[in-house]
Amino acid sequence: MFKYIVKRILLAIVTIWAVATLTFFLMNLVPGGPFLSEKAISPQAQAALEAKYGLDKPMSERYLNYMTGALHGDFGDSLKQRGRTVMSIISMKFPVSARVGGISVLVALILGIPLGSVAALKRGKPADSIISVIATCGIAVPSFVICTVLMYFVGVKLGLLPTMGLESAKHYVMPVIALSFYPTAYIMRLMRSSMLDVLGQDYMRTARAKGLAGGKILFKHALRNAILPVVTYVGPMLAYTITGSFVVEKIFVIPGLGGEFIKAINGRDYTLIMGTTIFLATLVIVMNVVVDIVYKLVDPRIKLK
Amino acid sequence: MKKKVIALMLAAAMVVGVTACGGGSDTTTPATESGDAASETTEGGEAPADDVAADSAASGSGKVLSVQIGPNPETIDPALNSAVDGGNMILHTFECLLTVDQEGKLAPGQAETWETSEDGLTWTFHLRDGLKWSDGSALTANDFVYSWRRVCDPMVAAPYAETVLGMVEGYADAIGGNLEALGVEAPDDKTLVVHLSQPCSYFGSLAAFATLSPVQQATIDANGDGWAVNADTYITNGCFYISEWVPGSYIMCTKNPNYWNADAIKLDAIKFNLIEDPNASYSAYQTGEVLFIKDVPTEEIPSLEGNEEFYVDPIIGTYYLSLNTEREPFNDPKVRKALSLAIDREYVANTLMQGTYSPASNFMGPGWIDTDGSQFIDNANGGKPYIDTANHEANVEEAKQLLADAGYPDGAGFPAITYSTNDAGYHKVVAEYLQQAWAEIGVELQVDIVEWASFTPMRRNGDYDASRNGWVGDYSDPSNMLDLLYSSNGNNDGKFNNAEYDAAMETSRTTLDAAERSAALHQAEDILMNEAACVPVAYYNDFWLQSSKIQNMWHSAYGYWYFMYADIAE
Repeated sequence: MFKYIVKRILLAIVTIWAVATLTFFLMNLVPGGPFLSEKAISPQAQAALEAKYGLDKPMSERYLNYMTGALHGDFGDSLKQRGRTVMSIISMKFPVSARVGGISVLVALILGIPLGSVAALKRGKPADSIISVIATCGIAVPSFVICTVLMYFVGVKLGLLPTMGLESAKHYVMPVIALSFYPTAYIMRLMRSSMLDVLGQDYMRTARAKGLAGGKILFKHALRNAILPVVTYVGPMLAYTITGSFVVEKIFVIPGLGGEFIKAINGRDYTLIMGTTIFLATLVIVMNVVVDIVYKLVDPRIKLK
Repeated sequence: MKKKVIALMLAAAMVVGVTACGGGSDTTTPATESGDAASETTEGGEAPADDVAADSAASGSGKVLSVQIGPNPETIDPALNSAVDGGNMILHTFECLLTVDQEGKLAPGQAETWETSEDGLTWTFHLRDGLKWSDGSALTANDFVYSWRRVCDPMVAAPYAETVLGMVEGYADAIGGNLEALGVEAPDDKTLVVHLSQPCSYFGSLAAFATLSPVQQATIDANGDGWAVNADTYITNGCFYISEWVPGSYIMCTKNPNYWNADAIKLDAIKFNLIEDPNASYSAYQTGEVLFIKDVPTEEIPSLEGNEEFYVDPIIGTYYLSLNTEREPFNDPKVRKALSLAIDREYVANTLMQGTYSPASNFMGPGWIDTDGSQFIDNANGGKPYIDTANHEANVEEAKQLLADAGYPDGAGFPAITYSTNDAGYHKVVAEYLQQAWAEIGVELQVDIVEWASFTPMRRNGDYDASRNGWVGDYSDPSNMLDLLYSSNGNNDGKFNNAEYDAAMETSRTTLDAAERSAALHQAEDILMNEAACVPVAYYNDFWLQSSKIQNMWHSAYGYWYFMYADIAE
């Protein structure tokens, strides 16, 4: 197990390096630059800006400079949001996204697992049909539609909840619903099908045959086996959700990290593109390692090599 | 068994841990939580003398005007800003030597009086008594000298340096790094003298331009570029100071008790809500969370017509098309003119753009000021519009004739051309309309939608046939926009190169005679329109929603809203 973790961490470092290198060269291949606007700035100002941020140097030198800096924890200054460092932007915006995203994942798990199980246990009954319809809707309807519908009816027409910001608990309700809708639906479906699978297994019949109580069968034998696919899904999903959603943040005016990914690319804010990409890649990889470990602990049949 | 319990606990901890990590991070993100906001307020409130007013404003009591004028500004450092939304915030927090009043005329700002020497080369500004920064320290003429030199500093790389200081003596040296060479001096604490290398009749407008706002050396020396991203270090000299900035959420501007005219300010604070999405703005307006929004969803405009809270007001600027004059067939003025005349500008502005633009008959629209203070457009082309936009059918006939004269009767033999544009606002709709309009005179058009960041360099490099373009004026002197077609101008995307045009612009720069200057500028526009150096389509307007509760605010032709002296009706 220890050996496995060390191996995974080494592999993770190589993966992050590869992601960073690819991103660095790909983003520089795209035309455009950070200092362009509708109104041309003077050639002197353009040259001065490029010199200031080292963009006048050859690509290989820029790559080396960036990587050396990154290794020392210096991810540079944002090229567009002047006066802010990439680290300050991430450390300011990530906690906001993490809070909204984390709550959404919790909601998705709390609703998704029991509802999916119920659907499996009541297969073919009205409860199953209702849950299946909700799950299908959740997967098919994009989040901006949910946002807009919530905003229009709950926020504007009924005036029940505030439409922007995150100042109180009330402010979280609509963004969390919008963000957790898809994962809830996905977990419900995942849970339902894996539960059905497990319920048909021989050991379940044995458990029932030897007269175990229904609750015990369900929680001890069925749920623990059926939850494995959910664990696999939750890891990366958690990484993506806590780094924020561009759409949800934009509509509910949440100062999170999600918008920074898009804005950095649209504005060719090279250092911020690198910073956010490395951050997300690291998070996804860490989550995958954690998932593997949890997997092993939940299901001893799995060997980590 | 034990292992399994641990496993499940771990799985749960993984999720809870992340959530808690988000929740527990309040301390690292000050100002996102109300608790931290309060501590921020006391800090901000200590600086100005008037503690009580500051506290009540930032804590949400008092008279707070909540508005939306754009998303999170990229920068609010006066020297670095080049965007309208950033400019609007700087307008409320800083004050230049001069200001622009409600009528669009120059008015005293930090300078009470000013005069120009007879040769037009020396401008002297006399500052008011007892000027102060928002932290209470004294503001002197030397602060202007420092700030203006800073604009030239290559390490600062101010985008507007050349626009605002290019005519000042020693600018070339200063921009190269020798800042002391800039011809700006402070003989005493209350006098600022500017030496120009060539006369500039509109230098007064530049003295009111946000880039030339005074900034405090002490805070910049102490905090570097970061001085303008934190409320605590953002020392201002205008009507308001920033008491709180939550990036992507809001900027709270609190009344600056140290401002010389603070008694005239009725609001305790202005909250700039940094909303990016027009639909989100509109929702916030409908619920009353904000009383003013600049970003109105275009699809709502038909339903807002006739609504007295919906405003449309012109700004100085023109939506135009650039034709690449270095490429065939656009090197022929007849072709350019034919393409221009084939456009039904009234249909484009009033129907396609839903009246949020106005049809453009000239290149220089309303709002540009002639040398005698009158409207430039009233004196252009002998008072007649260059293009009779009301008579589209006659224009199309003329276009067909011109095209035939150029050797393409009914478009026969005309090469297939491409129109490039980015996708925002009405750009795509206009592109589709152009396909249809130019097909009428036999010209086949392909549309190429290009992503924004790639579009600008492509257009600047002349790597296109025809493309969308536009300009909003920085100051109301016509040279600001006519310069765009000067052969060596960095924004001359159509690569228009006409010796007569350049000569007229040269004359306008050097002459001291107002009438001669005016004539030269009008001559330039005559050439531009006659040659169809570019194709003006529509004049820009600003359109916005404003609650009837807001009193005494105004909008300027530069695209700024003046909230500083506003009041909220109970």
